[in-house]
Amino acid sequence: MRHLLSTRDLSRDQAVAILDIAEDMADVAGREVKKLPALRGKTVVNLFFEDSTRTRVSFEVAAKRLSADVINFSAKGSSVSKGESLKDTAQTLAAMGADAVVIRHGASGAPRVLASSGWIDAGVVNAGDGTHEHPTQALLDAFTIRKRLHGEASRGKDLDGVTVTIVGDILHSRVARSNVWLLTTLGASVSLVAPATLLPVAIAEWPVSWGYNLDAAIDSKPEVVMMLRIQAERMNAAFFPSAREYSRQWGLDDERLARLPASSMVMHPGPMNRGLEISSNAADSSRSTVLDQVANGVSVRMAVLYDLLSGTSDLSGTSGVNA
Amino acid sequence: MSIKIVGATLPDGTRTDLHIENGLFVESGSASTVIDADGLVALPGLVDLHTHLREPGFEQSETVLTGSRAAAIGGFTAVFAMANTLPVQDTAGVVEQVESLGRSHGYVTVRPIGAVTAGLAGERLSEIGAMAQSRAAVRVFSDDGHCVHDPLLMRRALEYVTTFGGVVAQHAQDPRLTVGAQMNESALSSELGLAGWPAVAEESIIARDVLLAEHVGARLHVCHVSTAGSVDVIRWAKARGVKVTAEVTPHHLLLTEQLVAGYDARYKVNPPLRSAEDVNALREALADGTIDIVATDHAPHPLEAKECAWDEAANGMVGLESALSVVHEAVVGTGQLAWADVARVLSQAPAQIGLLAGYDTPFALGNAANVTLYDPSARRDFSVSDLRGKGVNSPYLGRSLPGRVVTTIHDGYATVLDGELVDQQTVAAAAQEVRHG
Amino acid sequence: MTARPVLQAADITRALTRISHEILESNRGSSDLVLLGIPTRGVVLAQRIGAILDGIEPGTGSVGSLDVTMYRDDLAKNPTRAPGRTLIPAGGVDGKTVVLVDDVLYSGRTIRAALDALGDLGRPRAVRLAVLVDRGHRELPIRADFVGKNLPSGQSERINVRLSEIDDTEGVTIE
Repeated sequence: MRHLLSTRDLSRDQAVAILDIAEDMADVAGREVKKLPALRGKTVVNLFFEDSTRTRVSFEVAAKRLSADVINFSAKGSSVSKGESLKDTAQTLAAMGADAVVIRHGASGAPRVLASSGWIDAGVVNAGDGTHEHPTQALLDAFTIRKRLHGEASRGKDLDGVTVTIVGDILHSRVARSNVWLLTTLGASVSLVAPATLLPVAIAEWPVSWGYNLDAAIDSKPEVVMMLRIQAERMNAAFFPSAREYSRQWGLDDERLARLPASSMVMHPGPMNRGLEISSNAADSSRSTVLDQVANGVSVRMAVLYDLLSGTSDLSGTSGVNA
Repeated sequence: MSIKIVGATLPDGTRTDLHIENGLFVESGSASTVIDADGLVALPGLVDLHTHLREPGFEQSETVLTGSRAAAIGGFTAVFAMANTLPVQDTAGVVEQVESLGRSHGYVTVRPIGAVTAGLAGERLSEIGAMAQSRAAVRVFSDDGHCVHDPLLMRRALEYVTTFGGVVAQHAQDPRLTVGAQMNESALSSELGLAGWPAVAEESIIARDVLLAEHVGARLHVCHVSTAGSVDVIRWAKARGVKVTAEVTPHHLLLTEQLVAGYDARYKVNPPLRSAEDVNALREALADGTIDIVATDHAPHPLEAKECAWDEAANGMVGLESALSVVHEAVVGTGQLAWADVARVLSQAPAQIGLLAGYDTPFALGNAANVTLYDPSARRDFSVSDLRGKGVNSPYLGRSLPGRVVTTIHDGYATVLDGELVDQQTVAAAAQEVRHG
Repeated sequence: MTARPVLQAADITRALTRISHEILESNRGSSDLVLLGIPTRGVVLAQRIGAILDGIEPGTGSVGSLDVTMYRDDLAKNPTRAPGRTLIPAGGVDGKTVVLVDDVLYSGRTIRAALDALGDLGRPRAVRLAVLVDRGHRELPIRADFVGKNLPSGQSERINVRLSEIDDTEGVTIE
């Protein structure tokens, strides 16, 4: 893999391959020496134009577990905030010898511009661009679902027939977009629930079913319910009248949690607004995968960095070379 | 200076010779310069009703000189320069300065456009009367870049401009519906995560404005029409007898929003590239006269304004150098427009709307000699070497386009010969001779 | 370029049986023995040896796998390789005698990687190496403790090991 910019670009086999490598990477976390030498001598740069401690740290841990060197470039207090352009920042990193650039940017498409510009030679990983995509989040969500469903027997499996309902601000959510493409590629059946103001234009052309009513969605007993964070600022642009109304209509409260089958899992990419889109009980229940998602994030990001950096080209999937 | 053009094919198809002396078309005469126009189409000098020359204030993007040169190589002999300069063209002083620069450089006739509101702020009218009566004789008024969105202000503007025989050219974009908009609102914008610019934001303003124009009996011109819905509104208004005219850019006749998918900011423009259905509706409207003219909306930007993330990039494309070829490709090649129609939409009609004298009857004896010779047979890959302005933000780089401007003659002297610009000193001298000769 | 048979199915069985006895003899019994096969065919061989050991002294055959992909010294020179599974039996490797099992010993680099991988997993009391075929041409100072067959070979020759658990046939050929 040369770059990971979107889950739209991943085929089913590529996605399963990454999830399988992530299984092996997860094993490393259980050892005393939580390191593999695979990326020794490689330099990974975290280029974060948007604040995000959790994602940045997740990538940092992933890179370090593979013995790579990590450089953190965050927007605040750096030349970036003084108005240095994306182009100049990228070329500075190239001059420093970055092998991979993990970029989070407020503008949709910035990772694509970086990857196709010719300013750098490094592999580019999209850690979230505007409202467009957040591919490693979708991968760790898929990994989490697969792990919860199949446990130790997860390797090689996709998500065929799994029912997933995503609830919240779909319009502005890069997590939703990445998940829609990836989960459907893996064979899952995806359904979206939101007020009409928060559903994208031309939603009918997406490979999903959709509706406005969360209660109806819960009564259809989905195996996975994924709650998205709602931003209060959206109220000012008249997407919904108030936090209270939003919470009543589309929040996963205790009553809805109780109606959800015991085997269903509750997911949230974080950070959570407890009491707004998800109740504390729902967030802390045994059905919640929130902490798993965080842990799995490191394994999945290790798999992505390994695939991007360890070899000369794409995942061959074979290991039959004479030694 | 006297020129004889031999064997030119006029827009109506007839072959003829053209004689030019002392800046005017004449019946016949000896010629110091003879141009062989065999196989070339002779068009009346092209007139662009919508250009951004950027001077004063944004000379890093373009100047009156570089913009004029870009216009000349594109076959233009007159351009109307939009008012969003710095300082804004909202006083007699600034418009006279721009007009004077154009006149002394001499490549094209520069007609400054006056701002509708002071500073383009949309609060109060600018000194429209002063600009109309200045040496620049402004007749077209526009806040282009911004919409005159306050309905009361738009009404007053339409009325007041009538006092001086002018026309308001509206940039139709409801600001409340397009906050932070980046591209056409569509399935693609949903997928790409770019804020949408819905067609209704253009159509609703045009609908309001044609009714206002009808109510106060004023002329209205609509800039860069980009949607099928807008075409429907204008068609309806014209049928009612509203005095509305409309323009379409070359890029809206050829390019669609699909080009945005790679986030290459060369394709970022306002109004945005739209769907294939919109492109087809615009072509048909140009053919049937619902849209009166083609205007380039030539909008040069420096490199750093386009070599960045989409959200951060400036809106606009350069278009003077490529306009005729793109129109050829989009509507002449498809058989929807003949060369006589091209002469109408790129020369006679824009001059008429802008009240620019001397372009009503092409090649009429005694008129100022403005003529463009175009070779329709050539085909080339458009590249940076085809540009003459400061901006290289063209969406056609690397694209195969038909045709080539071979000669441009402005007020009886050549600004482009053998496909190349005549040098500055020669053109400036010729321009001065016409003024004083 | 026809393949010459070197070991038939029966030869392989005899070799593995002999190796199993040698392991028990050198270890003075079966306590604290852990067999780790190197994927892919090393794992099959380790399982067979483990079964044989279990037949001789029941409860002996503690078998797992050790994937060395991440520790290879040629990662950057080849297309990305998918790792295999590492499965350490309950009880781990600390203080145990680990017997690495592979099908062919050649340059020795795979075993070098295996030693590094093992080092990150714990501290065995001792590490031994059992291979079905030793074909020479060592590039590192590595030697096998238990060898099924010594097979001197030219560098241009290919040695193919086929095991019925994963291949259509059973046997070792050289071509």
